[in-house]
Amino acid sequence: MDHFPGTWGRPRNDVYGAYDPTYLQTTGPKTHTSSPAVTGTSVIGVKFNGGVVLATDNLASYGSLARFTDVKRLRVFGDNAVVGFGGDVSDMQYIDRLLESIDIRENYSTHGNMLNAKNLHTYLAKVFYKRRSEFNPLWNHVLVAGFDVDGKPFLSSADLLGTTFSAPHLATGFGAHLAVPILRRRFPEEMPIEEITREEAVSALKDCLKVLFYRDARSIDKYSIAVITKEGIDLKEDEQIEGQSWAFAERIRGYGRQTN
Amino acid sequence: MTSLLGHPAGGEGIGYSFSQPTAAPVKQHGFYPYTDNGGSTLGITGSDFAILAGDTRSTSGYNINSRMVPKVFKIGGDDETGEGAHIVLSVVGFAADGNALKERLDAVVKMYKYQHGKPMSVSACAQRLSTILYQKRFFPYYVTAILSGLDEEGKGALYSYDPVGSYEREQCRAAGAAASLIMPFLDNQVNFKNQYIPGSGEGHALEQKKAEPLPQATVEQLVRDAFTSAVERHIEVGDHLQMMIITRDGIQEVFHPLKKD
Repeated sequence: MDHFPGTWGRPRNDVYGAYDPTYLQTTGPKTHTSSPAVTGTSVIGVKFNGGVVLATDNLASYGSLARFTDVKRLRVFGDNAVVGFGGDVSDMQYIDRLLESIDIRENYSTHGNMLNAKNLHTYLAKVFYKRRSEFNPLWNHVLVAGFDVDGKPFLSSADLLGTTFSAPHLATGFGAHLAVPILRRRFPEEMPIEEITREEAVSALKDCLKVLFYRDARSIDKYSIAVITKEGIDLKEDEQIEGQSWAFAERIRGYGRQTN
Repeated sequence: MTSLLGHPAGGEGIGYSFSQPTAAPVKQHGFYPYTDNGGSTLGITGSDFAILAGDTRSTSGYNINSRMVPKVFKIGGDDETGEGAHIVLSVVGFAADGNALKERLDAVVKMYKYQHGKPMSVSACAQRLSTILYQKRFFPYYVTAILSGLDEEGKGALYSYDPVGSYEREQCRAAGAAASLIMPFLDNQVNFKNQYIPGSGEGHALEQKKAEPLPQATVEQLVRDAFTSAVERHIEVGDHLQMMIITRDGIQEVFHPLKKD
């Protein structure tokens, strides 16, 4: 009789060797994210007269697998600030929790949440920079949209290294290659944003999303779009890319089933 | 005794392959904490002024992030606009580190003024900047910094740094992506290198043209020429030229257009 219940039902030590307890170990070297797992693709944004538009699709990929097809990647902060997230989705959810706790704390103060999009962007950039300096990055590239202290439309980017930059139109990931040229042609950089209407900005982003859906393999035709104006945020999270034309696909040769 | 699996069995009987304490190699980080945001900076001093300039393009790889990301900052000013500052810092390399460094130095210069009741001298600020950089010797701020202002005698002062804090005072310095294009031009046009006085002698007796401080208008034109030329040959430089002109009357900031291609 074996008097040690812990060994009951186990493969015999004399045949298979002692159990390796390192598999149950909870200590050991601390591990960090060295590559993202579930990811979102491009975020695109444009400033217009009186506000900013921001858009993403609703896909969260697991490598090349379209894993979650209904993920909201535009997150609202306060009364008129929106963050669009690209990159790791779990890190996005962590940051969203962080922003929610700040929003709650601010709303308990005398004047309510006075933080604008510019403040939010500075904060996020510092969080990203701190985490990259600890070699434990938050694997995201975000666009922050809203208004600055003077009430002027604000659009700025921050990434996992803490790099920041601002421009009249911005795009992360694949969008930096495909959407930015479209936006630059429609709204040349010397063109004052006062000359861009809300309708023009929205339709430009929809066209960019369509091109991205055609050519970015990690994208989907369901998207979210947020229009931020002084009146508030108009957030639509269950939109469908319309007017798709796949006629060009027939003319693509060189791979697949056809041989000539 | 060797087990069926080809591993030496430890202690008693046959062992699983994983019963051996597998000494896992120390995992290397797959995360590289730096990037290069391109761009170039340039500083030249005169007898009663100093000019620090930089382009405003921000890049990552072949992408242009933005056409308007300034690299030259007023340090120790009273508010966000930098009003009342008398020191200027330029940073080029990894922009996130550049920003962190700028904010640190700005805080230091402000604290100095609050604690000592007088503005920090440019030479003191230069030494402090070196210390800040060296404190991160083993995880450096990946930037080439240039600090500029007027010294105690009112002459133009310019200090250039490497990422870990080595520094020296110079008449002129180019840094960043197009430094190798601009610096030889400066050697020739500011320090008159390879320029000789005609008819001063034969062969080795030929006399070098002596370098002397240049007038402000000449320096401004040199800076503009240096950047228009760099833009032609370097893809990471362009969009706008930002110039900070430091004189006893204060700091004047001007922008000039550069090619956007």
